[in-house]
Amino acid sequence: MSGESIWAMPKMSDLLSMRQVRAGYGLSNILEDIDLDIVPGDTIAILGRNGAGKTTLLATIMGQTTVTSGKIFWRGGDFRIVPAARRAHMGIGWVPQERWIFPSLSVRENLTVAARPGQWTLKRVEDLFPRLAERRRNAGNQLSGGEQQMLAIGRALMLNPSLLLLDEPMEGLAPVIINEIRLAIDKLVRESGLSIVIVEHKAKLALSIARRALVIDRGRVIHASDSRSLLDDTPLLTRLLGPS
Amino acid sequence: MKAALIVAGWIAAPVLYMALFPDSLVLASQILLMGLFALSLDLLVGYAGVASLGHAVFFGIGAYGAGLLAANGWGEPLSALVLTMLVAAIFALPVGLLVVRGGSLGRLMITLGIATLVSEAANRASGITGGADGLQGMDVWPLLGLFSYDLQGRTGFVYAWIVLTLGFLAVRSIVASPFGLSLQAIRENPVRAAALGTPVRARLTFAFVLSAALAGAAGAVMAQTTQVVALNSLGVHLSADVLVMLLIGGVGRLYGGLIGAAIFMVVHHWLSDLDPVYWQIWIGLILIGAALAAPDGILGAIEKLRSRKQVAW
Repeated sequence: MSGESIWAMPKMSDLLSMRQVRAGYGLSNILEDIDLDIVPGDTIAILGRNGAGKTTLLATIMGQTTVTSGKIFWRGGDFRIVPAARRAHMGIGWVPQERWIFPSLSVRENLTVAARPGQWTLKRVEDLFPRLAERRRNAGNQLSGGEQQMLAIGRALMLNPSLLLLDEPMEGLAPVIINEIRLAIDKLVRESGLSIVIVEHKAKLALSIARRALVIDRGRVIHASDSRSLLDDTPLLTRLLGPS
Repeated sequence: MKAALIVAGWIAAPVLYMALFPDSLVLASQILLMGLFALSLDLLVGYAGVASLGHAVFFGIGAYGAGLLAANGWGEPLSALVLTMLVAAIFALPVGLLVVRGGSLGRLMITLGIATLVSEAANRASGITGGADGLQGMDVWPLLGLFSYDLQGRTGFVYAWIVLTLGFLAVRSIVASPFGLSLQAIRENPVRAAALGTPVRARLTFAFVLSAALAGAAGAVMAQTTQVVALNSLGVHLSADVLVMLLIGGVGRLYGGLIGAAIFMVVHHWLSDLDPVYWQIWIGLILIGAALAAPDGILGAIEKLRSRKQVAW
């Protein structure tokens, strides 16, 4: 995961590779020397304390930050200069922390506005989140927080991505809704073949979903392992993230 | 059933109007064409979220285009209409590319600057445009080779009605299409829309071009039915007027431009008859009152009333 040279080329089997990436907003770097490889079907939990750089990592994958050095590859090709809109077309679905629902569009319009051909159709998204089918005529701003989160995930799926980026998908939601969304993500992990990167403050929840874990502190990767071993090692988890 | 009623209404309304108000057909044609002009601006402002203070440039290109063709031996109205729409669209492409690069205030400045430039260029080119005296000597041929433009304005009224109907159907289809939805998404948040794969500048430029073509159609039919083209048809004043019409009716609501154009034109006509000296003062006062009473336009106010009633029930 780390320690590779900047010159180490990604494997063609990798979906996304980051090599020694430094990135941030304007002149200030937030990420420092990030190395990351994501293969098809991978599930990675990105953990860290507040301000560690987790959201910035996702924003960098989406082309929303300034990359000052290092390389980013998508399916082996240089990815740094590709604009955000093109990245979505190339197969990255982003569910940002703020959900970014279009308030005046209906649920169905929110879903179809991003639709691209592929296995994810309106029906399949509504099967995954039956609440969206019930609320399909409602405007985006008439939904609860949980429904908005389902809509944000559904809309990203309608892009038919190869890689899904989920930024704090459970943040601020009631336990019953968290459970519903968690079940949906579990289903995606098991059945869809999608690669998923999940940034989540609730570490145990994220580790129970993902296969691999990456802990970031002050913009650097300080730990990388499989999720299960980190979940089982409570002292290490506490040392890395503080008491939960 | 509902669709059949709407179609019947669209057909019956002009017939009924012609029977009831045979002496007001010229004003009615102008209202219809200003409604189409406002509708074209609604596509740009209301759906794509691109503010413009220079939309009359495209109306003027349509008007001068059709006028120049008719004054120089090509008076066939339908082919001239299509041709001038194309010219307006072609002119709009580089302008649109420039405009969408700016922020909201920058867009206002760019469109205002272009309107000033084009207006002054038309004034200077008086040998072609007629300058301050307006374009004269137009000879518009009968519509479909059958219907001449009568003094009462019947042919002009029906022609304007048909063009408005087609324009309305086109805009309605556009805003309901995935392209139209993406425009609304961009209006609400361009960064968000880009992250979902929407090529923001390309879509806005295309919306700008479509809107300009529609404005050009309104201008062309106005020139063909009134057989007069003056410099104010591409001036900043008309750009402001059409924006006001849209604001009165309600932005981003399809019918808003039509309702706003009707109210603005009727009030304009009525007040200038009533008080030929100070009518603009009354217009100004009415506009301030309307903006305070219904900031989202008439349709916005109706929507608010409806939602209040629903809450009360």
